Amino acid sequence: MSAYILRRLWQILPTLAGVILLVFILFNWVGGDPALVLAGKVTDPAQIENIRRQLGVDQPWWVQLWIFVQQVFTFDFGRSWSTNEEVSRILLTRIGPTLTIMVPVLVLETTLAVLLAVLVAYVRGTVTDRAIMIITTAAMSISFLVYIIVAQWLFGFQLGWFPVQGWTNSFLTNLTVYAPLPILLAVLVGLAPQLRLYRSFLLDEINQDYVRTARAKGLPERRVMLKHVLRNAMIPILTNIAIYLPGLFVGSFLLEVFFAIPGLGREIVGAVNRSDFPVIKAVTVYLAMLTMLVNLLVDVLYRFVDPRVSFK
Amino acid sequence: MTTGPQATPVGAASAATVAMVPPARRSPGLWALAWARLRRDRVAMLSLAIAALFIAVMLASRLGLVAANWDEEIAVSYASPAFLPDAENLEAARSAGIPRPDAGPPVDISDIDPLAPHYGEWAERSAALEQVEGSRRTTLPFGADKWGHDVLLKTIKGSEVSITVGLVAALLATLFGTLLGALAGYWGGRVDDVLEWFYNVFTSIPYILLILSFAAVLSQGLVTIILILGLTGWTGIYRLVRAEYVKHSAREYVRAAQAIGVTDLSRMFAHILPNASHVVLVQFSQHFVQFIKAEVILSFLGLGVPVTMVSWGTMLAEAQEELIIGKWWQLTAAGVSMAVLVTAISLLADAMRDALDPKIR
Repeated sequence: MSAYILRRLWQILPTLAGVILLVFILFNWVGGDPALVLAGKVTDPAQIENIRRQLGVDQPWWVQLWIFVQQVFTFDFGRSWSTNEEVSRILLTRIGPTLTIMVPVLVLETTLAVLLAVLVAYVRGTVTDRAIMIITTAAMSISFLVYIIVAQWLFGFQLGWFPVQGWTNSFLTNLTVYAPLPILLAVLVGLAPQLRLYRSFLLDEINQDYVRTARAKGLPERRVMLKHVLRNAMIPILTNIAIYLPGLFVGSFLLEVFFAIPGLGREIVGAVNRSDFPVIKAVTVYLAMLTMLVNLLVDVLYRFVDPRVSFK
Repeated sequence: MTTGPQATPVGAASAATVAMVPPARRSPGLWALAWARLRRDRVAMLSLAIAALFIAVMLASRLGLVAANWDEEIAVSYASPAFLPDAENLEAARSAGIPRPDAGPPVDISDIDPLAPHYGEWAERSAALEQVEGSRRTTLPFGADKWGHDVLLKTIKGSEVSITVGLVAALLATLFGTLLGALAGYWGGRVDDVLEWFYNVFTSIPYILLILSFAAVLSQGLVTIILILGLTGWTGIYRLVRAEYVKHSAREYVRAAQAIGVTDLSRMFAHILPNASHVVLVQFSQHFVQFIKAEVILSFLGLGVPVTMVSWGTMLAEAQEELIIGKWWQLTAAGVSMAVLVTAISLLADAMRDALDPKIR
């Protein structure tokens, strides 16, 4: 097993190199001369030349690439071009609010989606099933923007159930006062596609032979669903959650923008708007690394969830 | 990892041995059968009609047949929709409350005004000009926005950007994905390894970060947003098309084509592609929907189309502020038209998938 993990880690290297190369090409080549980006913020030509030397852009490209690789592995991306805040500090301080929103979202959404999917799969083929499918299709077709705009206006402004937006330094206040409306919105919007997906996973299992056997030996339908079908359907469900995990750290950038939550998502959108390349570069590279590690972890976990999988 | 057939050129293929059988009555092909199945599906036909209607209106707008004058300020600011007869109007209500100053006789200052000799000339010249009393409408079918633009025409104009972006970006992503998937699945080996690496690189970056990274370095504009979505969105299609090619390139009909000396290019695109085209078609329609949604969000964030253009995304951005003062019609117009189009295409894609699936007969 350790040999398997080592080999998988080895396989990650070319992908990581590719990500670094892609980000490098985008920001150092396609993005143009950083001095020109900065020129709008700084006017003194001597200062721009100074900045160029500081950033290493006056060097040939392979030296620049080497600087970038060093930055990635020393966790030192320098300072933001706009606020002069250290990039590592930006990442560390913005991740908290994002997770405050996204962890409850993930837990609630997954629990609700699995529960509802089991119920819908239980009544499959009936009018209720069809009605729920039509409702979810319609719900999914409305833009997330419309949901946020209307909910913020209705629950925050008109009814006053929640604050329209805001954030404090106290985790508890954030979680109980400012987070509920964004969390509720994310769960409601994310529920429809997940419910459909999990229902299809469950229905795939329902037609298997072992389910027929379980029924044939006289098990009650409830036990068949919860004990046999659900446990087998958990494998694709867990895969789906794992794919979703890295996105947890980007958060729902739209929610963060609308509700003024100082998280990573809002930071990135802001960074894109003000051409703050170091911030975008750092977030992109580290989240890509995280994604690769999560994928590896999921593959290893399969071994425990599904005995049929073996390490080759 | 599975590898496709290694291309070994077959030189001496003798076509003479193929017996000439007179073609019997042609059995209906995959597409004819799928179309027949789709025809029976009422929801699918309705969805198709709706999608066709949207695209027809979009094309008419693009050609300047409708909504060319959307940016004329024909109504008062925030004119109400016509179906709300007694809804009060912001501007009308405000101007009604202000008392007009008494219009007394004008003060005669001609004895001290150095321009007094010109009075007669001015009066003559102003009389020569034709004056038309301009009136702004107080209601419109779907109301007006802040500047008095007709929301209905604005929505039609906005569909132009949203649908064009969705359609062209989906075409681009499908083209990329299919081409790369075909190369990887057909050739296998080194080509496959390189393309798999490429795929892994693109998918290990969370999708939204990938989009934002591209948006950060490229300048703003319609072409840019199409490029961004097209260049980042090919991975899903690549995966599926590659799987189809791996499956098909080992099949007998492809081997038979190879045996009679059909070139690789022709085997890839004339023989295998039609058999994988149902995957491509369904993926295309799903990406179309996905990109329409993405364009709306990017435009809203100010990363999409420039402010001089109108799209459903920019309409929603305006609508956020309007909603606070109770002007909900622009939000509804943009939101509903997008939802209807997206629902229609999603349902159509589902129906197409079912109709094209040979297992469901």
